Amino acid sequence: MESFHHALNFKYDLCIGCSHCTSVCPTGAIHIENGSPMLDSNRCVDCGRCYLACPVNAIYIEQDDFQTIYNYKCPVVLIPSIFSAQFPEKISQGAVLSAIYHLGFKYVYEVEKSVDLMKEVIKEQILNSEREKPIISSFCPAIVRLIQVKYPSLVPNILPMRTPLDLTTLYIRKRLTDQGIPAEDIGIFYVTPCAASIAAVKSPVGEEKMPVEGVINMNYLYNKVFRVIKEGVYKLREDEFDFHPISQNSLYFTLTGGEIKDIDVGRNLAIDEIHNVSEFLEKLEDEDIDNIDYLELRACDESCAGGILCAGNRFLIEDRQLKRAQGKPKTVTPEENKLLNYFPYLRENLKVGKVSPRSMDKLDDNIAVAMRKMKRSFEINEDLPQVDCRICGYQTCKAFSEAIVNNEADVRQCIFVQRILEQTDKLTTPEALKLMRKVWGEKKIEKHSIKHLDLE
Amino acid sequence: MNFEYKVEGGDFTNAGSTSSIVKKMMKQLGVHPDIVKRTVVALYEAEVNIVAHANRGVIYVDLDENKVHIKLEDEGKGIPDIDQAMQKGYSTASPEVREMGFGAGMGLPNIKSNTDELKISSVVGKGTTVEITNYFNK
Repeated sequence: MESFHHALNFKYDLCIGCSHCTSVCPTGAIHIENGSPMLDSNRCVDCGRCYLACPVNAIYIEQDDFQTIYNYKCPVVLIPSIFSAQFPEKISQGAVLSAIYHLGFKYVYEVEKSVDLMKEVIKEQILNSEREKPIISSFCPAIVRLIQVKYPSLVPNILPMRTPLDLTTLYIRKRLTDQGIPAEDIGIFYVTPCAASIAAVKSPVGEEKMPVEGVINMNYLYNKVFRVIKEGVYKLREDEFDFHPISQNSLYFTLTGGEIKDIDVGRNLAIDEIHNVSEFLEKLEDEDIDNIDYLELRACDESCAGGILCAGNRFLIEDRQLKRAQGKPKTVTPEENKLLNYFPYLRENLKVGKVSPRSMDKLDDNIAVAMRKMKRSFEINEDLPQVDCRICGYQTCKAFSEAIVNNEADVRQCIFVQRILEQTDKLTTPEALKLMRKVWGEKKIEKHSIKHLDLE
Repeated sequence: MNFEYKVEGGDFTNAGSTSSIVKKMMKQLGVHPDIVKRTVVALYEAEVNIVAHANRGVIYVDLDENKVHIKLEDEGKGIPDIDQAMQKGYSTASPEVREMGFGAGMGLPNIKSNTDELKISSVVGKGTTVEITNYFNK
C-alpha cells in the first residue's frame, strides 16, 4: 500500500517533547520516542490538531517556494473565498485583490466559483435512489482520509465527485487555453487554509495527478498581502473593486452548514470539528442513525473559517464572510460568473476514481496473529492504570498495550509498572532512568536540568 | 476470546453499546468491512430487541480467527410462533407504534439477511435465545 503524503512536519530542534500533539491527535498517529514525536504516516490524516496544540510552533506545514510563480508566463492564483475575510473590515476587497495582483499574479480566482455546479450535483445525488445513503461530502480532505483509515465501511458513502477546487482549476485551465494561452505558460497556485488540502493536492485520493502547479499556505499569502497594503505600494485597480461576481451560497459554502444550505431536498446534516465528526461516524457505523441523506462533515471547528492556516479568530472570520455573503445576489448569471458557461465540460469531468479503504486499526495482516495480539493487549491493558498520562509516550493505556504486543514498546515504560517493580526490587533506579530516557530523551531527566527548584 | 455483556430491558440510552464494542474488535482483527457491517447490523438489531421487548438479557460473544458467534439470551415474554415472527412484515406492534415508524416487522428478517447462521429458540413466558454466526472467510 502506498503511503499518504503528509504536509505536516516536525522541527525537531524546536520541539520540547511535551507530547501535547500526541494528546490531541484524533487517530492516535503520534507517539513519543527519545524526546521527539514520531508520526505514524498511515494513521495521520493531516487535520492539523497537533499544529494548533504545539506550544512552541515546532510543527510546520510544507509549501512550495513562492518564487516558482515567476517560472510561468501566466501565473494564476486560486484563493479560497475565506481569504479576504482574514483582513480587518477597513481593508477593502479591492485593496486585497489589487495587492494580490501586485505580487505578480496575472489572474485571481476564488475557489468557490464552481460551488453553484457542486450544489446541483449534491441535489441530484440526494435524489438518486441508487446511491448509498447517507452520502458523505468529499469536500473536506481530512475527513475523507479519516474515513479511509478509521471508518472503512463508510468509504462507499463518500461522494465520488471532484471538489470545488478541482472543478475551478479545470475551468481556469480550459478557459485560459481557449483564449489561446499555451498550456505550459499557465501556472495555477492554490492558496490553502489547511494542511489536509496540501496533502490531498500532492497525493489526491482517487486521482492520478496533481491538479495545480503549486500550493501556497494561506497565512503566508496573508502576510505578504498585508505588507503590500500597509506599505501602500500597490495600485488600486479601477476595474477590480471586488473579486469576480460570486453567488451568496458560494460564500456560505465553506462555513459550517453552508454546503447543505438551501439544498431543499432530503434530510441533511452539518457537523464540524474532527472529534465531533468521529463521534458521529462511530454511531453511523453502528447503524444507530438512519433517514439522513447528506452529511456535510468538516475537520475544523467553524469549518474553513477555523482552518489551521487562517490568520486570526475563527468567529471573526466567519462573521466577515457572512457579512460579505449577505451583500451578494442569490444567483449570478453566466455573464457574471463565466464558469457557468462551462457546466457541460465540467460535468464530463466530474467523477473521480475509486476511493479505497485503508484501515489502520488491524493489529496484524494475519488474522490468527491479530487475534493473539488482541487477546494479549486486552490482558496488558487490564493491568495498566487507565490514567492515560502519556508518560510511556503513547496517547492512551490502550494504545500503549497495542504497541507492546507489536514489540514497539516495553511494558516497563509505564511509570506505574515501574513503581510496582521497584517495590519488589525487580527494577533498579538506573534501569528505570534508562527506560525513561528511551521515551523522553536525555534532557528532561538530566540531574542538572533542575535549576530553579529548591530541593535540597 | 469470550466476552459477556449485560443488557437491561428498557435502557434505550445504551442500546447498541455491545455492537459498538464488537465492531471495534473486528476492525482490530482486520475483518473485511462488509462482514463487520453485517455483524454490527444484526447484533444491533438483536440487542435492541432485548431492550425493547425483554426484561433483561446477556450477550455472549465468542470471537475467533474464523468467525464471530454471538448468543443473546433474554428473560422476557418469548415468541409464541418463531416462523411467523421471521416473516417480513409480521409484527406485534400496535397501529400507533407503527405510525411512528417502529414495528414494521423487519427486525428478525433483517437479522437473518445479515448473518450466515441464525438460530432462534424461545419459551413463552420465559425468554428468547438468538444465536448469530458470521464467518470471516467465505
